[in-house]
Amino acid sequence: MPTNRIGQSTIVLPGRPRILAGASIAGKKEGEGPLRGDFDQIIEDDLFGEESWEKAESRFQYEAATAAIAKAGLTPAQLDVALGGDLLNQIMAASMAARELHIPFLGLYGACSTMAESLCIASMLVDGGYARHALCTASSHFCTAERQYRFPLEYGCQRPPTAQWTVTGAGSIVVSGDDTRPALCRATHVTIGRIVDMAIKDANNMGAAMAPAAADTLTRHFADTGRSPADYDLILTGDLGRVGHDVLLALMQERGMPLDPTRCTDCGLEIFAPGQDTHCGGSGCGCSAVVLSGHILRRFREGDLRRVLFMATGALLSPTTSQQGESIPGIAHAIALEADA
Amino acid sequence: MNLMMNLLKAFLVGGAICAIGEFLVLKTKLTPARILVGYIVAGVFLSAVGLYGPIADFAGAGASIPLTGFGHALTTGVRRAIQEVGFIGVFTGGLTQTAAGISAAVFFGTLIALVCKPRPKA
Amino acid sequence: MFDKKAKPSPRRQAVLDRYSALVDRLSPRSKMGQGLFRAFVVGGAICTLGQGFIELGLHCLDMTVAAASTFASVMIVLLTAALTGAGVFDKIGQYAGAGAFVPISGFANAMVSPAMEFTREGLVLGLGAKLFTIAGPVLVWGVSASVVYGVIYWLITILG
Repeated sequence: MPTNRIGQSTIVLPGRPRILAGASIAGKKEGEGPLRGDFDQIIEDDLFGEESWEKAESRFQYEAATAAIAKAGLTPAQLDVALGGDLLNQIMAASMAARELHIPFLGLYGACSTMAESLCIASMLVDGGYARHALCTASSHFCTAERQYRFPLEYGCQRPPTAQWTVTGAGSIVVSGDDTRPALCRATHVTIGRIVDMAIKDANNMGAAMAPAAADTLTRHFADTGRSPADYDLILTGDLGRVGHDVLLALMQERGMPLDPTRCTDCGLEIFAPGQDTHCGGSGCGCSAVVLSGHILRRFREGDLRRVLFMATGALLSPTTSQQGESIPGIAHAIALEADA
Repeated sequence: MNLMMNLLKAFLVGGAICAIGEFLVLKTKLTPARILVGYIVAGVFLSAVGLYGPIADFAGAGASIPLTGFGHALTTGVRRAIQEVGFIGVFTGGLTQTAAGISAAVFFGTLIALVCKPRPKA
Repeated sequence: MFDKKAKPSPRRQAVLDRYSALVDRLSPRSKMGQGLFRAFVVGGAICTLGQGFIELGLHCLDMTVAAASTFASVMIVLLTAALTGAGVFDKIGQYAGAGAFVPISGFANAMVSPAMEFTREGLVLGLGAKLFTIAGPVLVWGVSASVVYGVIYWLITILG
């Protein structure tokens, strides 16, 4: 049986699935940040005209998905599969959006790594010929995440300095195997992450919980592909935030594969400016989703980037296991994107 | 003059009790909920061994407004009820003494919740 | 992990300890001096306000000392509830930390904020049930501690 695997854990995509289009919709605070020009829409109303934040988040997903499909020159009926997820219990934002889209749906949970997880699976489905066009969507909402993981909005407590700010927004990307359509970039390699848990229990320091998983996936990706950090214009991690990013740089230094800080950045650091009082930066599935589908795809289109390793990281904790004293399992999935030569 | 003295004593003692709480937050990574539980139990204990009474007499609201004062109120209520009605006071005294604060928080909380909507922070 | 008796090997434990030290080194710290100062000033101010209500009750409203003290607590609870509803108290809490949550204002805020947050889940299982999610433990352990004390005190009174 022929295989598309190289090395220990990397998948080559010989057909190089095409990223046709991406759309991003972000909330007010994100719209005040440095990437404001890269979002398709900025929604000032935290409820997005709905009665609850959960429905608002779902609408973020729906609007991002329909915008991405339209930008790809497709109709929802042409999509063979939609993959997506969010942070809510039972990923309801994704399910309720899929209810409106009528596309065969696979719901995913990878915490903040969801965008990379869905891109990895969509690229494999397309490359294997199991889908002609596939849709990847992920979202998060500050208000839904706070009430589920932390405290009510009006509760007066201090956020510790290592905390990150959940991004309100949704990003959606169309992956296609159709050779006749112009691509913004193409997916070439997938490295699926494994859980790495270094016994971090502090739910307010998720960057530290995820950084070892990011280092593990990076190390395996380089070993499998024979590439080095220098082969990428940009290594874009998910939402490690300030602490996690610094820890990742230190871990890779230790492993003799130092990352160039000017060519390795984190979605959580890109999305907010230091003056926005988010402490260690952004987080949430929506963070890497909007940075990738807005900012990064724009830079591919403009020819500014040739090869990017997108690696979203997830802190797979739940309030229940946290209260039981469990440490936080971290994960990171990587997908290599290349400009269409 | 007496009024200013009372206000100053409330400020100093109340502020000090809060600063100890903040010290615990920053040093021990205890969540606010755990510190509050610790404070009320500490209030019950300090009052039971006779240490909190003098502080309360000295500082007024500086001792009664912090959550330790809530514990002190529970203890004094239980003690008085036992003196008045005997054993059943063990169960009636604490909440009787603190009923006003609890009822106020429940009622105002419900009222505000019916009227106001929470907003995301800027 | 599923083997209850298994502890990490000494080598693994050393790796974990080294990682923990790395994280500690790279994580920003809260500023202790600033935190204590803010908690002291804001907490002190709230208690001073409470003392103001006590004085008001004693001298203008003809209350007993006990009634004036209760009156002050109720007023602080009322003010906190209003400030929470107006979306101001979370900012005070963010600024002052324990200075805001150690006084009875924190108890009130801990009841009002979840009640507001969960009205969308209904008036019974939303507002009604969630009102006590944060403040409930305080009552549970406070009342339990006072009952334990009461039993001891009662035993002392009948034996002594």
